[in-house]
Amino acid sequence: MLKVENINVYYGAIHAIKNVSFEVNDGEIVTLIGANGAGKSTTLQTVSGLLHSHTGSIEFMGKSLAGIPPHKVVSLGLAHVPEGRRVFLQMSVEENLEMGAYTRPNSEIADGIADIYQRFPRLKERRKQVAGTLSGGEQQMLAMGRAMMSKPKLLMLDEPSMGLAPILVEQIFDIIQELNRAGTTILLVEQNAQMALSIAHRGYVLETGKVVATGTGEQLLEDEAVKKAYLGG
Amino acid sequence: MLLGFLNNLINGISLGSIYAIIALGYTMVYGIAKMLNFAHGDVIMVGAYVCFFATGSFGLPPVVGVLLAMVVCTVLGVVIERLAYKPLRQAPSLAVLITAIGVSYFLQNMALQLWGSDPKSFRSVVPTGSVSLLGGQISVSYVTLVTVLACVIIMIALTAFTGNTKLGKAMRACSEDKGAAQLMGIDVNFTISMTFAIGSALAAIAGVLLCSTYPTLMPTTGSMPGIKAFTAAVFGGIGSIPGALLGGILLGVIEIFGKAYISTQLSDAVVFAVLIVVLLVKPTGLLGKKISEKV
Repeated sequence: MLKVENINVYYGAIHAIKNVSFEVNDGEIVTLIGANGAGKSTTLQTVSGLLHSHTGSIEFMGKSLAGIPPHKVVSLGLAHVPEGRRVFLQMSVEENLEMGAYTRPNSEIADGIADIYQRFPRLKERRKQVAGTLSGGEQQMLAMGRAMMSKPKLLMLDEPSMGLAPILVEQIFDIIQELNRAGTTILLVEQNAQMALSIAHRGYVLETGKVVATGTGEQLLEDEAVKKAYLGG
Repeated sequence: MLLGFLNNLINGISLGSIYAIIALGYTMVYGIAKMLNFAHGDVIMVGAYVCFFATGSFGLPPVVGVLLAMVVCTVLGVVIERLAYKPLRQAPSLAVLITAIGVSYFLQNMALQLWGSDPKSFRSVVPTGSVSLLGGQISVSYVTLVTVLACVIIMIALTAFTGNTKLGKAMRACSEDKGAAQLMGIDVNFTISMTFAIGSALAAIAGVLLCSTYPTLMPTTGSMPGIKAFTAAVFGGIGSIPGALLGGILLGVIEIFGKAYISTQLSDAVVFAVLIVVLLVKPTGLLGKKISEKV
Protein backbone atom coordinates (compact mmCIF):
# COMPACT_ATOMS: atom_id res chain seq x y z
CA MET A 1 0.00 0.00 0.00
CA LEU A 2 2.73 2.43 1.01
CA LYS A 3 6.21 2.02 -0.35
CA VAL A 4 8.97 4.36 0.78
CA GLU A 5 12.33 3.98 -0.93
CA ASN A 6 15.63 5.63 -0.10
CA ILE A 7 14.35 8.94 1.14
CA ASN A 8 16.73 11.58 2.45
CA VAL A 9 15.49 14.61 4.35
CA TYR A 10 17.50 17.59 5.55
CA TYR A 11 16.72 20.33 8.06
CA GLY A 12 19.12 22.94 6.78
CA ALA A 13 22.51 21.32 7.22
CA ILE A 14 21.21 18.49 9.38
CA HIS A 15 20.76 15.21 7.57
CA ALA A 16 17.70 13.95 9.47
CA ILE A 17 16.71 10.93 7.37
CA LYS A 18 19.32 8.78 5.65
CA ASN A 19 18.25 6.39 2.91
CA VAL A 20 15.17 5.22 4.76
CA SER A 21 13.08 2.55 3.05
CA PHE A 22 10.06 0.70 4.35
CA GLU A 23 6.79 -0.74 3.24
CA VAL A 24 3.30 -0.99 4.64
CA ASN A 25 1.03 -3.66 3.18
CA ASP A 26 -2.73 -3.58 3.01
CA GLY A 27 -4.30 -4.49 6.36
CA GLU A 28 -1.13 -4.34 8.42
CA ILE A 29 -0.14 -2.48 11.52
CA VAL A 30 3.43 -1.38 10.95
CA THR A 31 5.39 0.48 13.56
CA LEU A 32 8.46 2.68 13.37
CA ILE A 33 10.20 2.71 16.71
CA GLY A 34 13.29 4.48 17.92
CA ALA A 35 14.59 7.02 20.36
CA ASN A 36 13.86 10.72 20.39
CA GLY A 37 15.42 12.32 17.32
CA ALA A 38 15.72 9.08 15.38
CA GLY A 39 13.68 10.59 12.56
CA LYS A 40 10.33 8.88 13.09
CA SER A 41 8.16 12.01 12.95
CA THR A 42 10.23 13.43 10.11
CA THR A 43 9.53 10.27 8.14
CA LEU A 44 5.76 10.61 8.62
CA GLN A 45 5.83 14.30 7.76
CA THR A 46 7.69 13.47 4.56
CA VAL A 47 5.09 10.88 3.60
CA SER A 48 2.24 13.33 4.12
CA GLY A 49 4.05 16.03 2.14
CA LEU A 50 4.81 18.51 4.92
CA LEU A 51 8.52 17.88 4.32
CA HIS A 52 10.32 16.93 1.14
CA SER A 53 12.77 14.21 0.34
CA HIS A 54 15.68 15.06 -1.91
CA THR A 55 15.95 11.57 -3.27
CA GLY A 56 14.09 8.30 -3.56
CA SER A 57 10.39 7.77 -3.95
CA ILE A 58 7.19 7.49 -1.95
CA GLU A 59 4.39 5.51 -3.52
CA PHE A 60 0.91 5.19 -2.11
CA MET A 61 -1.43 2.64 -3.71
CA GLY A 62 0.84 2.53 -6.74
CA LYS A 63 0.87 6.30 -7.17
CA SER A 64 3.89 8.53 -6.59
CA LEU A 65 3.36 11.19 -3.94
CA ALA A 66 6.20 13.35 -5.29
CA GLY A 67 5.16 16.97 -5.63
CA ILE A 68 1.66 16.42 -4.26
CA PRO A 69 0.92 19.13 -1.66
CA PRO A 70 -0.13 17.89 1.79
CA HIS A 71 -3.72 19.08 1.44
CA LYS A 72 -4.17 16.84 -1.58
CA VAL A 73 -2.55 13.79 -0.01
CA VAL A 74 -5.51 13.46 2.37
CA SER A 75 -8.00 12.93 -0.42
CA LEU A 76 -5.92 10.01 -1.72
CA GLY A 77 -6.80 8.13 1.47
CA LEU A 78 -3.86 8.88 3.69
CA ALA A 79 -4.55 10.52 7.05
CA HIS A 80 -1.94 11.70 9.51
CA VAL A 81 -2.47 12.24 13.23
CA PRO A 82 0.44 14.51 14.07
CA GLU A 83 2.67 14.40 17.11
CA GLY A 84 1.16 16.32 20.02
CA ARG A 85 -2.33 15.69 18.57
CA ARG A 86 -2.71 19.27 17.33
CA VAL A 87 -6.47 19.40 17.58
CA PHE A 88 -7.94 22.86 16.99
CA LEU A 89 -8.11 23.98 20.61
CA GLN A 90 -10.46 26.92 20.09
CA MET A 91 -12.93 24.96 18.00
CA SER A 92 -15.59 22.63 19.33
CA VAL A 93 -15.21 18.86 19.24
CA GLU A 94 -17.77 18.64 16.48
CA GLU A 95 -16.10 21.39 14.44
CA ASN A 96 -12.81 19.52 14.73
CA LEU A 97 -14.49 16.45 13.30
CA GLU A 98 -16.00 18.52 10.49
CA MET A 99 -12.55 19.78 9.61
CA GLY A 100 -11.39 16.18 9.40
CA ALA A 101 -14.03 15.64 6.73
CA TYR A 102 -12.98 18.74 4.78
CA THR A 103 -12.24 16.74 1.64
CA ARG A 104 -15.48 14.78 1.72
CA PRO A 105 -18.85 15.81 0.31
CA ASN A 106 -21.04 17.68 2.79
CA SER A 107 -23.76 15.05 2.54
CA GLU A 108 -21.48 12.42 4.15
CA ILE A 109 -20.35 14.49 7.11
CA ALA A 110 -23.30 13.82 9.43
CA ASP A 111 -23.01 10.05 8.99
CA GLY A 112 -19.26 10.24 9.46
CA ILE A 113 -19.66 12.13 12.72
CA ALA A 114 -22.24 9.61 13.94
CA ASP A 115 -19.74 6.78 13.24
CA ILE A 116 -17.03 8.52 15.20
CA TYR A 117 -19.36 9.17 18.14
CA GLN A 118 -20.23 5.50 18.20
CA ARG A 119 -16.57 4.57 18.46
CA PHE A 120 -15.76 7.39 20.87
CA PRO A 121 -18.85 7.98 23.05
CA ARG A 122 -16.75 10.33 25.16
CA LEU A 123 -16.50 12.75 22.25
CA LYS A 124 -20.26 12.77 21.85
CA GLU A 125 -20.69 13.85 25.46
CA ARG A 126 -18.38 16.75 24.79
CA ARG A 127 -19.40 17.62 21.26
CA LYS A 128 -20.14 21.31 21.97
CA GLN A 129 -17.10 21.88 24.17
CA VAL A 130 -14.03 23.53 22.72
CA ALA A 131 -11.21 21.04 22.27
CA GLY A 132 -8.93 23.03 24.55
CA THR A 133 -10.99 21.94 27.54
CA LEU A 134 -10.53 18.21 26.86
CA SER A 135 -8.09 16.01 28.76
CA GLY A 136 -5.03 14.65 26.99
CA GLY A 137 -6.64 11.27 26.37
CA GLU A 138 -9.79 12.86 25.01
CA GLN A 139 -7.72 15.08 22.74
CA GLN A 140 -5.94 12.01 21.40
CA MET A 141 -9.30 10.37 20.72
CA LEU A 142 -10.45 13.54 18.99
CA ALA A 143 -7.29 13.68 16.89
CA MET A 144 -7.82 10.07 15.82
CA GLY A 145 -11.53 10.57 15.22
CA ARG A 146 -10.80 13.69 13.22
CA ALA A 147 -8.35 11.79 11.03
CA MET A 148 -10.84 8.93 10.58
CA MET A 149 -13.40 11.44 9.26
CA SER A 150 -11.52 11.47 5.96
CA LYS A 151 -12.17 7.70 5.63
CA PRO A 152 -8.49 6.93 5.19
CA LYS A 153 -7.14 3.67 3.82
CA LEU A 154 -3.91 4.28 5.69
CA LEU A 155 -3.85 5.99 9.07
CA MET A 156 -0.51 7.33 10.27
CA LEU A 157 -0.27 7.91 14.01
CA ASP A 158 2.58 9.87 15.52
CA GLU A 159 3.21 9.08 19.20
CA PRO A 160 -0.42 8.52 20.22
CA SER A 161 0.68 7.46 23.71
CA MET A 162 2.66 10.60 24.42
CA GLY A 163 1.90 12.13 27.80
CA LEU A 164 -0.95 9.76 28.61
CA ALA A 165 -1.49 7.69 31.75
CA PRO A 166 -0.83 3.94 31.27
CA ILE A 167 -4.52 3.07 31.44
CA LEU A 168 -5.28 5.54 28.65
CA VAL A 169 -2.38 4.25 26.60
CA GLU A 170 -3.96 0.78 26.76
CA GLN A 171 -7.28 2.23 25.65
CA ILE A 172 -5.72 4.07 22.73
CA PHE A 173 -3.88 0.94 21.61
CA ASP A 174 -7.10 -1.07 21.83
CA ILE A 175 -8.75 1.49 19.59
CA ILE A 176 -5.88 1.29 17.11
CA GLN A 177 -6.32 -2.47 16.92
CA GLU A 178 -10.08 -2.09 16.48
CA LEU A 179 -9.61 0.40 13.66
CA ASN A 180 -7.20 -2.01 12.05
CA ARG A 181 -9.61 -4.94 12.35
CA ALA A 182 -12.28 -2.74 10.77
CA GLY A 183 -10.08 -2.42 7.70
CA THR A 184 -7.78 0.56 8.19
CA THR A 185 -4.10 -0.02 7.59
CA ILE A 186 -1.98 1.57 10.31
CA LEU A 187 1.48 3.12 10.33
CA LEU A 188 2.36 3.77 13.95
CA VAL A 189 5.29 5.81 15.21
CA GLU A 190 6.05 5.24 18.88
CA GLN A 191 8.63 5.72 21.57
CA ASN A 192 6.75 3.19 23.65
CA ALA A 193 8.37 0.32 21.75
CA GLN A 194 7.01 -2.41 23.98
CA MET A 195 3.40 -1.42 23.39
CA ALA A 196 3.87 -0.69 19.71
CA LEU A 197 5.61 -3.97 18.92
CA SER A 198 3.04 -5.95 20.86
CA ILE A 199 0.24 -4.89 18.51
CA ALA A 200 2.24 -4.49 15.28
CA HIS A 201 2.49 -7.06 12.53
CA ARG A 202 5.86 -5.70 11.53
CA GLY A 203 8.24 -3.06 12.76
CA TYR A 204 11.24 -1.02 11.74
CA VAL A 205 13.81 0.33 14.18
CA LEU A 206 15.17 3.78 13.38
CA GLU A 207 18.41 5.10 14.78
CA THR A 208 19.77 8.56 13.96
CA GLY A 209 17.89 8.66 10.68
CA LYS A 210 18.60 5.11 9.52
CA VAL A 211 16.67 1.84 9.58
CA VAL A 212 18.84 -0.47 11.68
CA ALA A 213 16.54 -3.44 12.17
CA THR A 214 13.31 -4.83 10.84
CA GLY A 215 11.13 -7.85 11.45
CA THR A 216 7.78 -8.96 12.74
CA GLY A 217 6.56 -7.51 16.02
CA GLU A 218 7.48 -10.70 17.90
CA GLN A 219 10.90 -10.97 16.32
CA LEU A 220 11.78 -7.44 17.32
CA LEU A 221 10.42 -7.96 20.83
CA GLU A 222 12.84 -10.90 21.17
CA ASP A 223 15.78 -9.21 19.43
CA GLU A 224 18.63 -8.76 21.90
CA ALA A 225 19.85 -5.45 20.51
CA VAL A 226 16.33 -4.02 20.38
CA LYS A 227 15.59 -5.27 23.89
CA LYS A 228 18.71 -3.62 25.19
CA ALA A 229 18.18 -0.29 23.47
CA TYR A 230 14.43 0.21 23.61
CA LEU A 231 12.75 -2.29 25.90
CA GLY A 232 14.68 -1.63 29.07
CA GLY A 233 16.80 -4.77 29.14
CA MET B 1 -24.62 70.08 27.61
CA LEU B 2 -26.36 66.74 27.45
CA LEU B 3 -27.34 67.33 23.85
CA GLY B 4 -23.78 68.14 22.98
CA PHE B 5 -22.70 64.95 24.66
CA LEU B 6 -25.24 62.90 22.71
CA ASN B 7 -24.22 64.52 19.46
CA ASN B 8 -20.59 63.76 20.12
CA LEU B 9 -21.48 60.21 21.07
CA ILE B 10 -23.34 59.71 17.79
CA ASN B 11 -20.44 61.14 15.79
CA GLY B 12 -18.05 58.97 17.74
CA ILE B 13 -20.04 55.83 17.05
CA SER B 14 -20.23 56.74 13.39
CA LEU B 15 -16.47 57.27 13.08
CA GLY B 16 -15.91 54.21 15.26
CA SER B 17 -18.03 52.08 12.93
CA ILE B 18 -15.73 53.00 10.05
CA TYR B 19 -12.68 52.14 12.16
CA ALA B 20 -14.36 48.88 13.11
CA ILE B 21 -14.95 47.86 9.47
CA ILE B 22 -11.30 48.61 8.66
CA ALA B 23 -10.14 46.86 11.83
CA LEU B 24 -12.05 43.72 10.83
CA GLY B 25 -9.85 43.50 7.75
CA TYR B 26 -6.71 43.93 9.84
CA THR B 27 -7.77 41.43 12.43
CA MET B 28 -8.89 38.71 10.01
CA VAL B 29 -5.68 38.88 8.02
CA TYR B 30 -3.64 38.92 11.22
CA GLY B 31 -5.60 36.01 12.67
CA ILE B 32 -4.93 33.81 9.69
CA ALA B 33 -1.77 34.98 7.96
CA LYS B 34 -0.20 36.17 11.27
CA MET B 35 0.95 39.32 9.55
CA LEU B 36 0.16 43.02 9.90
CA ASN B 37 -0.96 44.21 6.51
CA PHE B 38 0.00 47.86 6.76
CA ALA B 39 -1.13 48.38 3.17
CA HIS B 40 -4.72 47.80 4.29
CA GLY B 41 -5.32 51.53 4.86
CA ASP B 42 -4.24 52.32 1.32
CA VAL B 43 -6.60 49.75 -0.14
CA ILE B 44 -9.32 51.88 1.49
CA MET B 45 -8.07 54.90 -0.42
CA VAL B 46 -8.10 52.96 -3.71
CA GLY B 47 -11.68 51.87 -3.00
CA ALA B 48 -12.71 55.46 -2.41
CA TYR B 49 -11.09 56.62 -5.68
CA VAL B 50 -12.79 53.85 -7.65
CA CYS B 51 -16.15 54.86 -6.26
CA PHE B 52 -15.36 58.55 -6.82
CA PHE B 53 -14.62 58.04 -10.51
CA ALA B 54 -17.43 55.55 -11.05
CA THR B 55 -20.11 57.83 -9.63
CA GLY B 56 -18.51 61.15 -10.61
CA SER B 57 -16.81 60.76 -13.98
CA PHE B 58 -18.95 57.91 -15.30
CA GLY B 59 -22.16 58.93 -13.60
CA LEU B 60 -22.94 55.44 -12.34
CA PRO B 61 -25.43 55.03 -9.50
CA PRO B 62 -23.87 55.01 -5.99
CA VAL B 63 -24.68 51.32 -5.41
CA VAL B 64 -22.80 50.36 -8.57
CA GLY B 65 -19.93 52.59 -7.49
CA VAL B 66 -19.69 50.80 -4.14
CA LEU B 67 -19.90 47.36 -5.74
CA LEU B 68 -17.25 48.28 -8.29
CA ALA B 69 -14.97 49.56 -5.51
CA MET B 70 -15.47 46.26 -3.68
CA VAL B 71 -14.59 44.22 -6.77
CA VAL B 72 -11.48 46.28 -7.55
CA CYS B 73 -10.28 46.16 -3.93
CA THR B 74 -10.92 42.42 -3.66
CA VAL B 75 -8.80 41.79 -6.74
CA LEU B 76 -6.17 44.25 -5.52
CA GLY B 77 -6.00 42.58 -2.11
CA VAL B 78 -5.62 39.10 -3.58
CA VAL B 79 -2.98 40.28 -6.06
CA ILE B 80 -1.00 42.06 -3.33
CA GLU B 81 -1.06 38.92 -1.21
CA ARG B 82 -0.03 36.72 -4.13
CA LEU B 83 2.81 38.94 -5.36
CA ALA B 84 4.17 40.54 -2.20
CA TYR B 85 3.33 38.33 0.78
CA LYS B 86 3.00 34.76 -0.44
CA PRO B 87 6.67 34.45 -1.47
CA LEU B 88 7.51 35.44 2.12
CA ARG B 89 5.39 32.78 3.82
CA GLN B 90 8.48 31.20 5.42
CA ALA B 91 10.37 34.47 5.93
CA PRO B 92 10.85 36.17 9.32
CA SER B 93 7.88 38.35 10.26
CA LEU B 94 10.03 41.48 10.14
CA ALA B 95 10.59 40.96 6.40
CA VAL B 96 6.84 40.68 5.86
CA LEU B 97 6.20 43.79 7.93
CA ILE B 98 8.70 45.86 5.94
CA THR B 99 7.21 44.55 2.71
CA ALA B 100 3.75 45.60 3.86
CA ILE B 101 5.01 49.11 4.57
CA GLY B 102 6.59 49.09 1.11
CA VAL B 103 3.30 48.05 -0.48
CA SER B 104 1.59 50.86 1.44
CA TYR B 105 3.96 53.48 -0.02
CA PHE B 106 3.69 51.89 -3.43
CA LEU B 107 -0.09 52.25 -3.42
CA GLN B 108 0.07 55.85 -2.19
CA ASN B 109 2.57 56.84 -4.85
CA MET B 110 0.72 54.97 -7.54
CA ALA B 111 -2.38 56.95 -6.59
CA LEU B 112 -0.36 60.15 -6.63
CA GLN B 113 0.89 59.36 -10.12
CA LEU B 114 -2.50 58.30 -11.47
CA TRP B 115 -4.82 60.74 -9.80
CA GLY B 116 -2.61 63.62 -8.67
CA SER B 117 -2.08 65.19 -5.29
CA ASP B 118 -4.95 67.66 -5.34
CA PRO B 119 -7.74 66.68 -2.96
CA LYS B 120 -10.92 65.49 -4.64
CA SER B 121 -14.24 66.40 -3.18
CA PHE B 122 -16.03 63.10 -2.67
CA ARG B 123 -19.75 63.10 -3.26
CA SER B 124 -21.50 61.05 -0.58
CA VAL B 125 -23.06 57.80 -1.76
CA VAL B 126 -25.80 58.34 0.79
CA PRO B 127 -28.40 61.05 0.10
CA THR B 128 -28.01 64.09 2.32
CA GLY B 129 -30.61 64.53 4.97
CA SER B 130 -31.16 63.46 8.52
CA VAL B 131 -33.53 61.95 10.99
CA SER B 132 -34.36 64.13 13.95
CA LEU B 133 -34.66 62.69 17.43
CA LEU B 134 -35.86 64.08 20.72
CA GLY B 135 -38.26 66.47 19.05
CA GLY B 136 -35.69 67.83 16.63
CA GLN B 137 -33.03 68.56 19.23
CA ILE B 138 -30.68 65.95 17.80
CA SER B 139 -30.31 65.11 14.16
CA VAL B 140 -28.67 61.97 12.87
CA SER B 141 -27.60 62.16 9.25
CA TYR B 142 -28.46 59.39 6.80
CA VAL B 143 -24.79 58.68 6.21
CA THR B 144 -24.30 58.09 9.93
CA LEU B 145 -27.23 55.69 10.00
CA VAL B 146 -25.97 53.83 6.95
CA THR B 147 -22.45 53.64 8.40
CA VAL B 148 -23.56 52.20 11.72
CA LEU B 149 -26.00 49.84 10.03
CA ALA B 150 -23.33 48.63 7.59
CA CYS B 151 -20.98 47.96 10.48
CA VAL B 152 -23.60 45.94 12.36
CA ILE B 153 -24.57 43.93 9.26
CA ILE B 154 -20.92 43.19 8.42
CA MET B 155 -20.29 42.08 11.98
CA ILE B 156 -23.24 39.71 12.01
CA ALA B 157 -22.40 38.36 8.55
CA LEU B 158 -18.76 37.72 9.46
CA THR B 159 -19.66 36.02 12.72
CA ALA B 160 -22.11 33.77 10.90
CA PHE B 161 -19.57 33.11 8.17
CA THR B 162 -16.73 32.06 10.46
CA GLY B 163 -19.06 30.12 12.74
CA ASN B 164 -21.18 28.25 10.24
CA THR B 165 -19.63 27.88 6.82
CA LYS B 166 -17.04 25.36 5.73
CA LEU B 167 -14.66 28.03 4.44
CA GLY B 168 -15.16 30.14 7.56
CA LYS B 169 -14.34 27.21 9.82
CA ALA B 170 -11.35 26.38 7.66
CA MET B 171 -10.15 29.95 8.24
CA ARG B 172 -10.37 29.44 12.00
CA ALA B 173 -8.54 26.13 11.66
CA CYS B 174 -5.76 27.82 9.64
CA SER B 175 -5.49 30.60 12.17
CA GLU B 176 -4.83 28.06 14.91
CA ASP B 177 -2.52 25.59 13.21
CA LYS B 178 -1.67 25.71 9.52
CA GLY B 179 0.17 22.40 9.54
CA ALA B 180 -2.73 20.53 11.10
CA ALA B 181 -5.13 22.33 8.74
CA GLN B 182 -3.16 21.05 5.76
CA LEU B 183 -3.36 17.53 7.15
CA MET B 184 -7.16 17.92 7.11
CA GLY B 185 -7.00 18.66 3.39
CA ILE B 186 -7.45 22.42 3.75
CA ASP B 187 -5.66 24.44 1.07
CA VAL B 188 -3.99 27.01 3.30
CA ASN B 189 -2.89 29.29 0.47
CA PHE B 190 -6.39 29.46 -0.93
CA THR B 191 -7.80 30.16 2.52
CA ILE B 192 -5.34 33.02 3.05
CA SER B 193 -6.27 34.45 -0.36
CA MET B 194 -9.94 34.36 0.58
CA THR B 195 -9.17 36.18 3.82
CA PHE B 196 -7.43 38.94 1.91
CA ALA B 197 -10.37 39.07 -0.50
CA ILE B 198 -12.89 39.55 2.31
CA GLY B 199 -10.71 42.04 4.18
CA SER B 200 -10.17 44.11 1.03
CA ALA B 201 -13.85 44.13 0.09
CA LEU B 202 -14.54 45.47 3.59
CA ALA B 203 -11.82 48.06 3.05
CA ALA B 204 -13.67 49.30 -0.03
CA ILE B 205 -16.88 49.72 1.96
CA ALA B 206 -14.96 51.50 4.70
CA GLY B 207 -13.31 53.81 2.15
CA VAL B 208 -16.61 54.82 0.62
CA LEU B 209 -18.23 55.40 4.02
CA LEU B 210 -15.21 57.31 5.30
CA CYS B 211 -15.22 59.68 2.34
CA SER B 212 -19.00 60.00 2.48
CA THR B 213 -18.60 61.34 6.02
CA TYR B 214 -15.33 63.24 5.57
CA PRO B 215 -15.38 64.13 1.88
CA THR B 216 -11.74 65.00 1.19
CA LEU B 217 -10.07 62.34 -0.94
CA MET B 218 -6.36 62.25 -1.68
CA PRO B 219 -3.67 59.57 -1.94
CA THR B 220 -2.90 59.70 1.79
CA THR B 221 -6.56 59.55 2.84
CA GLY B 222 -6.40 55.92 3.93
CA SER B 223 -3.15 56.15 5.81
CA MET B 224 -4.24 57.66 9.14
CA PRO B 225 -7.58 55.80 9.41
CA GLY B 226 -5.58 52.64 8.58
CA ILE B 227 -3.25 53.20 11.52
CA LYS B 228 -6.15 54.13 13.80
CA ALA B 229 -8.02 50.98 12.79
CA PHE B 230 -4.92 48.92 13.41
CA THR B 231 -4.81 50.52 16.85
CA ALA B 232 -8.48 49.65 17.27
CA ALA B 233 -7.80 46.02 16.36
CA VAL B 234 -4.98 45.81 18.91
CA PHE B 235 -7.11 47.69 21.44
CA GLY B 236 -9.94 45.15 21.11
CA GLY B 237 -7.59 42.17 20.94
CA ILE B 238 -6.05 41.47 17.54
CA GLY B 239 -7.38 38.33 15.88
CA SER B 240 -10.80 38.71 17.52
CA ILE B 241 -13.77 39.78 15.39
CA PRO B 242 -15.90 41.16 18.28
CA GLY B 243 -12.70 42.78 19.53
CA ALA B 244 -12.33 44.71 16.29
CA LEU B 245 -15.88 46.00 16.63
CA LEU B 246 -15.48 47.00 20.26
CA GLY B 247 -12.03 48.50 19.69
CA GLY B 248 -13.20 50.44 16.64
CA ILE B 249 -16.27 51.94 18.29
CA LEU B 250 -14.39 52.84 21.48
CA LEU B 251 -11.58 54.42 19.52
CA GLY B 252 -14.02 56.50 17.47
CA VAL B 253 -15.85 57.67 20.57
CA ILE B 254 -12.63 58.49 22.42
CA GLU B 255 -11.33 60.41 19.45
CA ILE B 256 -14.46 62.53 19.06
CA PHE B 257 -14.71 63.15 22.82
CA GLY B 258 -11.03 64.03 22.87
CA LYS B 259 -11.66 66.56 20.13
CA ALA B 260 -14.73 67.98 21.84
CA TYR B 261 -13.65 68.09 25.46
CA ILE B 262 -9.86 68.13 25.52
CA SER B 263 -8.28 69.58 22.42
CA THR B 264 -8.63 69.15 18.68
CA GLN B 265 -4.88 68.96 18.25
CA LEU B 266 -4.40 66.48 21.07
CA SER B 267 -7.21 64.09 20.17
CA ASP B 268 -4.90 61.67 18.32
CA ALA B 269 -2.48 61.75 21.21
CA VAL B 270 -5.34 60.91 23.56
CA VAL B 271 -6.33 57.97 21.35
CA PHE B 272 -2.85 56.50 21.34
CA ALA B 273 -2.34 57.19 25.04
CA VAL B 274 -5.45 55.15 25.79
CA LEU B 275 -4.04 52.35 23.64
CA ILE B 276 -0.79 52.38 25.60
CA VAL B 277 -2.63 52.25 28.92
CA VAL B 278 -4.84 49.35 27.77
CA LEU B 279 -1.85 47.39 26.54
CA LEU B 280 0.00 47.99 29.80
CA VAL B 281 -2.93 46.69 31.81
CA LYS B 282 -4.10 43.99 29.43
CA PRO B 283 -1.45 43.14 26.81
CA THR B 284 -3.80 40.92 24.78
CA GLY B 285 -6.29 43.77 24.27
CA LEU B 286 -9.80 44.05 25.65
CA LEU B 287 -11.22 40.84 24.19
CA GLY B 288 -7.99 39.10 23.30
CA LYS B 289 -7.80 35.67 24.79
CA LYS B 290 -4.87 33.86 26.14
CA ILE B 291 -5.00 30.30 24.98
CA SER B 292 -4.32 27.86 27.71
CA GLU B 293 -2.98 24.66 26.28
CA LYS B 294 -3.46 21.36 27.96
CA VAL B 295 -0.69 18.91 27.46
